[in-house]
Amino acid sequence: MISNQSPFVQDTTSVSYIMFLVLVALIPGILVHCFLFGYGILFNIITATITVLIAEYLILKARNYPVKPFLTDYSAIVTAWLLAVSIPSIAPWWIIVVGSLFSIIFAKHFYGGLGSNLFNPAMVGYAILLISFPAIMTKWPSAYASVSFGEELKLFFFGISNYDAIASATPLDYLKTELLLNKNIDQVLAEPIIKANPLIWVGIAYLLGGIFLIYKKIITWHLPLTYLLTLFLVASLFSLANPNNFAPFYYHLLNGGTFLAAFFIITDPVSGPTTPKGKIFFAFMVAMLVYLIRIFGGYPEGIAFAVIFMNICVPLIDKLSQPKVFGHD
Amino acid sequence: MKLFENIFKFNGGIQAETHKAISTAETIKKFGIPKKIILPLRQHIGRLAKINVNIGDYVLKGQLIANADGNVSAAIHAPTSGYIESIEKLPIPHPSGLPDFCVVIITDGKDTWVDKKPIDWKKIGYQKTVELLISSGIVGLGGATFPSHLKLTKKDHGAKLTTLIINAAECEPYITCDDMLMRERIDELIKGINLLHDFLEFEESIISIEDNKLDAIEKIKKAIINEKNISLKIVPTIYPSGDAKRLIYLTKGIKIPKNTRSSELGIQMFNVATIVAIYRFLEFGEPSLSRIITITGNIKKPRNYEVLFGTPLEEIITDAGGQKINNQTFIMGGPMMGFALPSIQVPVTKAMNCIISAETEMLKNDAPVLPCIRCARCAEACPVELQPQELYWFSKSKQLDKVEEYNLFDCIECGCCSYVCPSNIPLVQYYRFAKSEIIEERQHQEEANIARERNEFRLSRLEREKIERAERNAQRRAQTSSDEKSKLVEEKRKAIQEAMARVNKEGDNSL
Amino acid sequence: MLITIGVIIFLSLIIGVALGISAIKFKVDGDPIIEKIDSILPQTQCGQCGYPGCKPYATAIASGEADINQCPPGGDDGIHKLADLLGVDYKPLNEEHGVPKPKSVAIIDEKTCIGCTLCIQACPVDAILGSAKHMHTIIEKECTGCELCLPPCPVDCIDMVPIKETTENWKWKYPVHKLRVDERATP
Repeated sequence: MISNQSPFVQDTTSVSYIMFLVLVALIPGILVHCFLFGYGILFNIITATITVLIAEYLILKARNYPVKPFLTDYSAIVTAWLLAVSIPSIAPWWIIVVGSLFSIIFAKHFYGGLGSNLFNPAMVGYAILLISFPAIMTKWPSAYASVSFGEELKLFFFGISNYDAIASATPLDYLKTELLLNKNIDQVLAEPIIKANPLIWVGIAYLLGGIFLIYKKIITWHLPLTYLLTLFLVASLFSLANPNNFAPFYYHLLNGGTFLAAFFIITDPVSGPTTPKGKIFFAFMVAMLVYLIRIFGGYPEGIAFAVIFMNICVPLIDKLSQPKVFGHD
Repeated sequence: MKLFENIFKFNGGIQAETHKAISTAETIKKFGIPKKIILPLRQHIGRLAKINVNIGDYVLKGQLIANADGNVSAAIHAPTSGYIESIEKLPIPHPSGLPDFCVVIITDGKDTWVDKKPIDWKKIGYQKTVELLISSGIVGLGGATFPSHLKLTKKDHGAKLTTLIINAAECEPYITCDDMLMRERIDELIKGINLLHDFLEFEESIISIEDNKLDAIEKIKKAIINEKNISLKIVPTIYPSGDAKRLIYLTKGIKIPKNTRSSELGIQMFNVATIVAIYRFLEFGEPSLSRIITITGNIKKPRNYEVLFGTPLEEIITDAGGQKINNQTFIMGGPMMGFALPSIQVPVTKAMNCIISAETEMLKNDAPVLPCIRCARCAEACPVELQPQELYWFSKSKQLDKVEEYNLFDCIECGCCSYVCPSNIPLVQYYRFAKSEIIEERQHQEEANIARERNEFRLSRLEREKIERAERNAQRRAQTSSDEKSKLVEEKRKAIQEAMARVNKEGDNSL
Repeated sequence: MLITIGVIIFLSLIIGVALGISAIKFKVDGDPIIEKIDSILPQTQCGQCGYPGCKPYATAIASGEADINQCPPGGDDGIHKLADLLGVDYKPLNEEHGVPKPKSVAIIDEKTCIGCTLCIQACPVDAILGSAKHMHTIIEKECTGCELCLPPCPVDCIDMVPIKETTENWKWKYPVHKLRVDERATP
């Protein structure tokens, strides 16, 4: 507490606590991912964490900021983990390092550091990687592919030129390619790569983590609920209109990082809107853009671009969605 | 009990630890007469009271020593009998720590009353009674110290007052003076409510109290069993439920619009202690001389005291045993809206409802102030539904017009935003700064306008004078021309000729 | 090719007509810029800017004759506001015209005053009371602190006294935190 002015008492919630709970809420999803796809994701997370901590330390020193309070607020680690879980778990180490550095240095500190970044740092890192290394960024491990710990390490450190043995396209990617080959939706969905893909269990684990965050009042319902609802509605609408060309809603909700995005990515407070109405509009627009990019765009998943695009609109959204003040007409 | 009672809940607010039990274990103790009484002349909102005694005068208890100066001001009385020693600038309990005018009385310990008479308001009529109340010195004792006589109207903007709400919420942590008053003096409160009810012809009177004051609620319930005019409304314990507009909403579900007084909608609100003060004035003729004050927090013997205004605070702290952990910091008011006293060498005033001896955690200074992460917890907590994060941004960068645009002046400075902020930003301190900055700027603008007017007036005056002078000169010239002028010229010529002749003559003589 | 040219000509016609109409319809009558500038100036009427008062200075700024940084009582804030209003770049105060001082009022030492009325003639806002051979007093509330009454006084009986902080004019200060990590730590 400060000087001779009230209030003299304060809630114990701190930035570190909020960020810590976000990390905790990510753990179920990570564990399920580990269980289904091997330890690759843990390598990603560890590498990203170490990279952001070193980068954050150096840049804080360079900008002449006190290091301790900013390193212990866990915000850089949240960025690192979100980026790490978005990158395929069989990606080589340098992908993660490049992405993390981009997130921290370009997306965060070039804009002024904690609280000043215009864009979601994890999504900037992800978008840069996706544009620069599309081949690596769209190859996820095949489910239940038996990869030994030693092989994982080898993959991590040296990468491989031939992924086919252990990797495959993600369901979103696969569907997109197959549809281009004029296949019918039902045929594609019936194929094992989509039908039997256990990625949905990871999604459900993130959903649980997200519900935990709402319960702990770290995030409000506005963003995730609107996001999921909009995606559900727009997907249903398209697939009702033309079931042969558009996948049903559950496919869109369960695939890609939909739940991860709904609860962890679009809820970044710094780069997102602050008013309730603004949050609803933001999530609605992100969901629309995600759907459009998934269906008509050049990339299989559009969350990064959708979030970055909507981040630009946040100041305007906030300004136009000011809530009514008590006693005002 | 009504089954489906409406529950209105305002946005946000906080549920902080109340710490009320610290000071409710003991009864209210009447503090004796101190040797010296220091009475600040401004213990209320409005203009400084005007002194009407001189140094050396002997004053009796209850004697008027300073008149209300104009309508928005309050009178001040001698709290006990004694001699006026001096009138000087002394430290007062104010966040600035600056001194202000005080009357110092050396007490004689006799406590002799002036001739006090009950006021029979029914006989002398409403108007006369309100005039008497102006000299009662009663101000809002909840801490706002707004002169009470200004609220004793029957009508406001044509709206007849129908509802009297008694503010017994006492929502700030630590403070218990109203709670203890209700526990121990419920009779006086009920009589006071009935009196005010009849005096201002209310249709209903509602006591609004937070649900954590179980003892007081019991007492009120028992006392109002046979009172058909008075009802009880129990509101949830959410700070700041005691704020007038919030409490009216909790009680009646009416949102008082911006820039509107509740009385314009027929609702008037008084604090419990104020009601008792009005009651004692009308019933016994006793003006406002003392109040109940909570001494709590980090103190050896926390309790409530009834103290004469002007009593040096230090003596009360000593009576309460002093601090448990010595840190020399005392907070006046609650921990949410109060301020740290510059020292305890200050007198007790009408505004002093609570003194908290600072707990160690209140002095912690090590939590760093991080940047705002726009989490909007402050917006969720704001009972006025403002956007504190925007206000903070604009106050911090001193964009005063912007901060006004985002309704800074709706802010009640309750401190909920600062309380919840995970970055430890002292938001409300920025708003206080921005508000006083804007108020000062407005004042300067007004002064500049006056100066401009006066300058323009002066310039036009100078212009006028110049024209007038020119006209006068022209007139004089015009008048003196024609015949008068020729006459003058003639005279002059004559005089010269005469002089010449004289000179010539003299010349002749000399030759 | 022809179509393109046609479209562009058509578009420019429409836009041109729209611009023309709006120029007539939304025409701003008069130019109250002098009044606007004058309302920013502090109305001290001190003449430190080189003009006989605030209004003449405002007129000079409006006509481009004077710069925006010649008013010491208006201070930095005033220059910023003028820069905003006129859409020009901020310039630091030109110190040839003086430096900002804390706001003061003139106080006449009534024992020394000989009642010469020279100060009364100098005061731009008529804030000095008195008549010939009688001592003068200053209406403190009206005094702008311009110091114009100082030079004409033959007995130097006028002092400029800075306005003191009292509980009435006291204001909350800009919050200062002991550890402000959102600000650059001094190296």
